[in-house]
Amino acid sequence: MIETVIFYVFAIATVVSATAVVTVRNPVHAALFLVLTFFTSAIIWMSLEAEFLAITLVLVYVGAVMVLFIFVVMMLDINVARLREGFVRYLPLGLLVAAIMLGLMLSVVTSDVFVLEAGSEPAPRAADYSNTKALGGVLYTDYVFAFEIAAVILLVAIIAAISLTMRKRSQTKYQVPSEQIKVRKADRLRIVKMPSEEKS
Amino acid sequence: MDFVNSTLEWLSQYIHEYLLFTIYSGVKALVILVPLFIVVAYYTYAERKVIGYMQIRKGPNRVGPKGLLQPFADMFKLMFKEIIVPTNSNKYLFIIAPVITFAPAMAAWAVIPFNDTLVFSDINAGLLYILAMTSVGVYGVIIAGWASNSKYALLGAMRSAAQIVAYEIAMGFALVGVLMVGGSLNLGDIVNKQAGGIGHWFFIPLLPLFFVYLISGVAETNRAPFDVAEGESEIVAGFHVEYSGMTFAVFFLAEYANMILIAMLCSLLFFGGWLSPVPGLLGDSVGWLFGKTAVFMLLFLWFRATFPRYRYDQIMRLGWKVLLPVTIVWLFVEGLAVYFKVGPWFV
Repeated sequence: MIETVIFYVFAIATVVSATAVVTVRNPVHAALFLVLTFFTSAIIWMSLEAEFLAITLVLVYVGAVMVLFIFVVMMLDINVARLREGFVRYLPLGLLVAAIMLGLMLSVVTSDVFVLEAGSEPAPRAADYSNTKALGGVLYTDYVFAFEIAAVILLVAIIAAISLTMRKRSQTKYQVPSEQIKVRKADRLRIVKMPSEEKS
Repeated sequence: MDFVNSTLEWLSQYIHEYLLFTIYSGVKALVILVPLFIVVAYYTYAERKVIGYMQIRKGPNRVGPKGLLQPFADMFKLMFKEIIVPTNSNKYLFIIAPVITFAPAMAAWAVIPFNDTLVFSDINAGLLYILAMTSVGVYGVIIAGWASNSKYALLGAMRSAAQIVAYEIAMGFALVGVLMVGGSLNLGDIVNKQAGGIGHWFFIPLLPLFFVYLISGVAETNRAPFDVAEGESEIVAGFHVEYSGMTFAVFFLAEYANMILIAMLCSLLFFGGWLSPVPGLLGDSVGWLFGKTAVFMLLFLWFRATFPRYRYDQIMRLGWKVLLPVTIVWLFVEGLAVYFKVGPWFV
């Protein structure tokens, strides 16, 4: 009973905040609503006994990815009025994309996989069942190659992104930490001995 | 514990199960949080006293005997001060930002074990939960900086966001090392794995990771010498420059609670928690945990009293180019140690 209540409270919160992500005008607010969406969906996962995935969602997406997102969004000087220009012009295209996505989602949700009768409600696990251990066991045995390939693809993506954006500008002044550390007192400081003056 | 269980059974005849559970959890939370608040209050006093003595001053000594009532004087002052919301700031976010910093700082304490049985929630993924909670706390800082509509506050928030992202990774990797030795994400299991005296504690095989964790912990809590998010000499007070009264106090409370949390995690993960260093002579007790935690809490103050502040680019360099490679190299070393079963830790 209580699980159902928890599910509905957080499901409604997820839907409302996800809607707010695309409807609010301020980009920073939108990003913050996205954070809330991640958080509430993490709680829904938690109620499905997927505690490792739930906490990792908070740790990775809320704790790292969205911090960077907000970091960038806060730095941008976004003109809210200009963002709302061309709403009517792009409306037909937007509606088309929305219709296609809706169709795809419906085709998945109404397929045999998601029919309620297909799988009865899984029995709750015992308290000492470790979701983390089970996931680790599967990832590093049955799916080890898929897992490694995914890791390599992500690494390639990082390197590609960095190499696309990294460029040295000639007029920028850079600090070279190794040279800064090598500096010794004798190179820069000269202590001059002065005889103390006699009292007149 | 028997007394608690029999009382609960007796109460369950009169009160509904869910309500009883809620009340019981609330009481347990209070049992942890009220002492925490008192420790935070006297930690601020200890900070001023310790730094005072280190700088050959006396520190606060006017309110009460030897200044012992100073924390209460500060608290009442902050409670009665007006909360000023800047014009053109975002009011909801401005008020909610301290709460967002405060709530995860308190929530993280839910999985901290004080001894074998004394823990609020003994969950499997405890360490992961703590990492997640400490990483959520940064939102309070970022939102505070942005909602204040002030340049200094925004600069502080920017610095804080970059710093947290940089040090979180090193911190996480250091904890991966602990997991590899401990073989569990449950904090109680990790401590029990260190049983058998000081030679079995994890700080010996994980010495570099321990230092990385301690340094990242200081950086994560925005403490000197990594306090660029506040940086009094550059950006006045950084992200909380516009906050006054209780809203400021809540930020303060969260920061000190986080410091105590990091100190306690250091002693749990690397120094055997409640385990005695010489099990034959002295018994395990929760006193050991508090003693070890107190040492690390003193370290935080000592750092602040003695180190000059890092420059912003030096912080980034230290995080990405020094701490992160150290953790990666040590994880490899540890992998080898696990493979060859180097005792007494990796058996």
